[in-house]
Amino acid sequence: MSDNQPSRSNSPPGAVAAGLSPWQDAWRRLCRNRLALFGGITLLALVLLCYVLGPLFAPSWREQSLSLGSTPPSAAHWLGTDPLGRDLLARLLYGGRISLLVGFVASFVALVIGVTYGAVAGWRGGRTDTLMMRAADILNALPFTIIVILLLVFLKVPMQHFDAWLTGLPGFGSWQGAGKVLVMFAAIGAVEWLTMARIVRGHVMAIKKMEYIEAARALGYGPGRILFRHVLPNALGPIVVYATLTVPAVMMLEAFLSFLGLGVDAPMSSWGTLIKDGAEHMEECWWLLVFPGGIFSLTLFSLNFFGDGLRDALDVRAAKD
Amino acid sequence: MVWCPSGHFKTHRLQPSEWPDKRATKTVPQSFARERAALAVPAFGCLRFAMFSRAFSVLFTAALLTFTGCGKKDASATFPTPAGTAAAPRPQILRLGNGAEPKGIDPQDISGVTEGKIVMALFEGLLTPDPHDLHPLPGVAEAWEISPDGLTYTFHLRANAKWADGEPVTAQDFVESYRRMLSPKFASEYAYLLYNFVVGAKDYYDGRLADFSKVGFAAPDARTLRVTLLNSTPYLLNIIACHQAWDVVPLKVIERFGPPDSKNGAWTKPGNIVGNGPFILKEWLPKQKITVVRNPLYWDAANVKLDAIEFHAIDDATAEEQAFRTGRLDATDTMPLSKIDTYRRDHADTFRIEPYLGIYFYRCNVTKPPLTDKRVRRALALAIDRESIVKNITKGEQLPAYAVSYPGTAGYTPIARLSGDLAEAKRLLAEAGYPEGKGCPPIELLYNTSEAHKAIAEAIQQMWREKLGVEVRLTNQEWAAYQDTQHTHNYQMMRAGWIADYEDPHVFLEIWSSDNGNNDTLWVNADYDRLLQSALAAKTQDERYGIYQKMDAILVDECPVIPIYYYTHVHAISPKVKGWFPTRLDLHPYKYVWLEP
Amino acid sequence: MFRYLARRLLLQAVPVLFVIITLTFFLQRFAPGGPFTREKALPPEIQRNLDAYYHLDDPLWRQYRDYLWDLCPKTFHPLALRNGFDLKAAFGIDLRPSFKYANRTVNEIIAAELPVSLTLGSLALLVALGFGLGAGALAALKHNTWTDRGVSALALTGLCVATFVSGPLLALVFAVHFHWFNASGWYETRDAVLPVLVLGIAYAAPIARLTRGGMIEVLGQDFIRTARAKGASESRVVFRHALRGGLLSVVAWLGPAAAGILTGSFVVETIFQIPGLGRDFVISVTNRDYTLVLGTVVVYGTFIVVCNFLADVLQAWMNPKLTLE
Repeated sequence: MSDNQPSRSNSPPGAVAAGLSPWQDAWRRLCRNRLALFGGITLLALVLLCYVLGPLFAPSWREQSLSLGSTPPSAAHWLGTDPLGRDLLARLLYGGRISLLVGFVASFVALVIGVTYGAVAGWRGGRTDTLMMRAADILNALPFTIIVILLLVFLKVPMQHFDAWLTGLPGFGSWQGAGKVLVMFAAIGAVEWLTMARIVRGHVMAIKKMEYIEAARALGYGPGRILFRHVLPNALGPIVVYATLTVPAVMMLEAFLSFLGLGVDAPMSSWGTLIKDGAEHMEECWWLLVFPGGIFSLTLFSLNFFGDGLRDALDVRAAKD
Repeated sequence: MVWCPSGHFKTHRLQPSEWPDKRATKTVPQSFARERAALAVPAFGCLRFAMFSRAFSVLFTAALLTFTGCGKKDASATFPTPAGTAAAPRPQILRLGNGAEPKGIDPQDISGVTEGKIVMALFEGLLTPDPHDLHPLPGVAEAWEISPDGLTYTFHLRANAKWADGEPVTAQDFVESYRRMLSPKFASEYAYLLYNFVVGAKDYYDGRLADFSKVGFAAPDARTLRVTLLNSTPYLLNIIACHQAWDVVPLKVIERFGPPDSKNGAWTKPGNIVGNGPFILKEWLPKQKITVVRNPLYWDAANVKLDAIEFHAIDDATAEEQAFRTGRLDATDTMPLSKIDTYRRDHADTFRIEPYLGIYFYRCNVTKPPLTDKRVRRALALAIDRESIVKNITKGEQLPAYAVSYPGTAGYTPIARLSGDLAEAKRLLAEAGYPEGKGCPPIELLYNTSEAHKAIAEAIQQMWREKLGVEVRLTNQEWAAYQDTQHTHNYQMMRAGWIADYEDPHVFLEIWSSDNGNNDTLWVNADYDRLLQSALAAKTQDERYGIYQKMDAILVDECPVIPIYYYTHVHAISPKVKGWFPTRLDLHPYKYVWLEP
Repeated sequence: MFRYLARRLLLQAVPVLFVIITLTFFLQRFAPGGPFTREKALPPEIQRNLDAYYHLDDPLWRQYRDYLWDLCPKTFHPLALRNGFDLKAAFGIDLRPSFKYANRTVNEIIAAELPVSLTLGSLALLVALGFGLGAGALAALKHNTWTDRGVSALALTGLCVATFVSGPLLALVFAVHFHWFNASGWYETRDAVLPVLVLGIAYAAPIARLTRGGMIEVLGQDFIRTARAKGASESRVVFRHALRGGLLSVVAWLGPAAAGILTGSFVVETIFQIPGLGRDFVISVTNRDYTLVLGTVVVYGTFIVVCNFLADVLQAWMNPKLTLE
């Protein structure tokens, strides 16, 4: 596999015919992939639904009607109600704001840390690699539950200060609990990047031995430029695939964190906690599991189709077929 | 934490006594009636299983079933009778769901309800509880006398009380056991159930007294035990009958496996342990089950009906319910909230609600505004719709609580009662300076993670917001952190529960004195403390209960705690289990239990 | 290779484990509450005596020193391991008694529970690899066909269904309704089926996704075309070239993932009430059972170190461009 490496689109732009930048080129290919397009549009629609339509339902996401209890879908409550008689649709859309935010932001945090860390370890190799990867092993083995409990204890006061400051700002009055969400990003980001780093490191170590990298070196490019312009773009495929795997893991991790008290505070919902509650009622109230599970799955499917399309679009070799 | 499978959580029970439940005393005959009715039409509940009300869930499962090939919708197949259908007479083996893996079975080292239930099968103290109402019956002691001043108890041990190895149980065994219980090095968690009552015991525990013979335990001969008390303690016999702290342990056996004040528990392993109860330990599969079998040397062995009991360690309520439903348990310890309606409607023959001596309440930290003002606390307490919570959320026929003491505890029912309508609550709040809740700082309400606590807190949050205009923020913590927050008073308002170890109103009232380690509200009331002291010195029960009435009245007026409801114990039990009566401490002496063939 | 092995295991694994144990030892003491935090507060004198009994009143550094000393291997009789996995007899490693389970030592708990989790985990890992690799490879070979979409959709479904949903669901259908299995427990051989499936499916999904992605990447490369042009059989192309190159991500991912699955899953062991070590990872923390927390951390840390080592070796073997440094 050592010979005949093709020139890459991320090599100097002149290499690509028709004068399109590689990004424009990728964009055109993405648009031609109908499944990916469908995924992207659905994702966008879900985000809009949760962020624009969700608040329209306020405050029915928390308005209880105890005597009503769990009711199956009806004209008044399209997706039924939960055991406290709250409208499930409103809770789903409202909870989606949190879950999408956590899913994408925390995954992005993990992505950035993981890719950078893995790339540096893989690129430098030798003692640096050993030190960095053993440090990652240590972080991996530390009991996550304890870390979360400690974060909650030591950041309690800063979180309150942050909340007080934020809710004092005009237009942010309802952002109570944002401090906790920020800490949650940190906690999730702190564990989810570890595997990403290992994956990126493996690929970087393989890619850096390729001829075109040698060529780039010979051209006198600096390591930063080679790493970010030549090495990483060639590892984009696995990065995209793993990133799409991180999103659902993060959304579900949030349900675990709320067990420890680091999640969204009741009565606010999130998809993770709704699914967990639904699982406990699956025999009696199917709607409590099916709808949250359904919207979660829809998000995931869209995300993965979009991710696949993105991967294909960024893969120059496939495009030449 | 790697990938999602290892990261996620299913709420597990952190405290065994969390979802107990009860009704008042009158429940007892009702349950009998129910038991008889269930016998008459055992299959009726099953037939209704798939009826219309369940149409949606049946559709849902049916879809799954079809998907997997062969849908079997026969109702009785989906819900076999728990005891199974075999025609041969079943051996008398009682299979109980018993919560989390027990911490141990050394009667003097354990502290939980789960462990206590196993220990009750293996050990017996001076007295045993009556299976119906837990009043003291003869145990190792066949008779006892109380001196006229109520300070000296003399127990006469029966001649045929034996250890499982054939040795007689002597008065000296009891004295030695209590010496171990009071050993400061051994650090038993329930040592105070001895040293709070017995002369010299506290001094011995604190090291001020080295000579144990000066402590109020004496064994004039092998079959006589004399206990000398500090105060006349009318409820002491209840404690002795119901609590393992007063059990006897085999010192000779313990010393074979280590020093007596070691907690290593080697002596409690199967094969090593020697008890004096109706059963002996046969097998312990950690995190699976503990099996005990009939003890032929037990003095009352002829009346023990069960051959064996299996205590299954199941710490997940859903798993426990499914094990019961598939016939692998005869009784569960808990019932998932989500299943209560189904059981009540479709399986009334197995659904059981028993009284449980405990109260669910909110603790106020009276040093944190606005809860410093008793008018605010009272307003909040008045604005809770307890009936609705009990009916729609907890669903276990819990009794709404308008006072602190459990009604009918050893014949005591508090007269004082939180009373006042919403207008009164609003008036109090306005008097405190927060008309319609305006200007009232938000209150942070803490609960330990659990579906039920969350639902109750959410409901009360809405009640206070809508009725009083008071904003509440909810936060939750896992068990240990939550306990620590309580004991360090680092909270504003928090959910709490208090379950009695023995039946006396003292249990519910003593903790609110200013020096009690369980008060944790920082509420101090000199009158209250004085009343508690005078109650201890009271000569008669009427006098004592009269003082308790005053104390309950103070609590209702000051509201350092907001009572919500009195617990019940909701669980499932096969109709074939007989001799299992609703007792208020969830104790069911096993020697009276049997299985109908 | 052997020098690499020695260096990695002695010079790296030992310090890594040391740091993990040290950090955990001190971090857990900052968590609020302790092993004797009770709903009914203990009287202070009893609390004091309990602390004295467990040496919790010693200065923290002394407790740490004593713990480390007990933990240090002092003998070497590996054959003693056959006798119930007794770490103390084999190496003199004493993990101390558990705070919560008074009559069991952490050694005993690990000896009894780790094999259960290992059995369950390795079976699940086999299932996951079988399904995951197969589905991933199939999807990649039929890239952008309906086969690809179908198989991918199946893998995605596995990804969408968290174990806390699939576990109760399978138990409900196959145990409660069909009576094919027990709903929970660990007494008969068939008790392993449902938990292995639940855990296997959960891990198969990411394996399938990573395999598919990796193989599509490799299959598009020129050396594969060259091999095909030279008339190499399709199976040779797939197994000799594509799988080896395409599994780089999967192998990297498998390091920590295998450590996680083999030491037991909290959720699956709770749903199916399996007496494995997985539940202890969380319960020991919520119990503040300090010694058991450290015990689980020692086990998990060891697995992380070993599995990541194996993954690195496997990566190097599969990709000649990588060398073990």
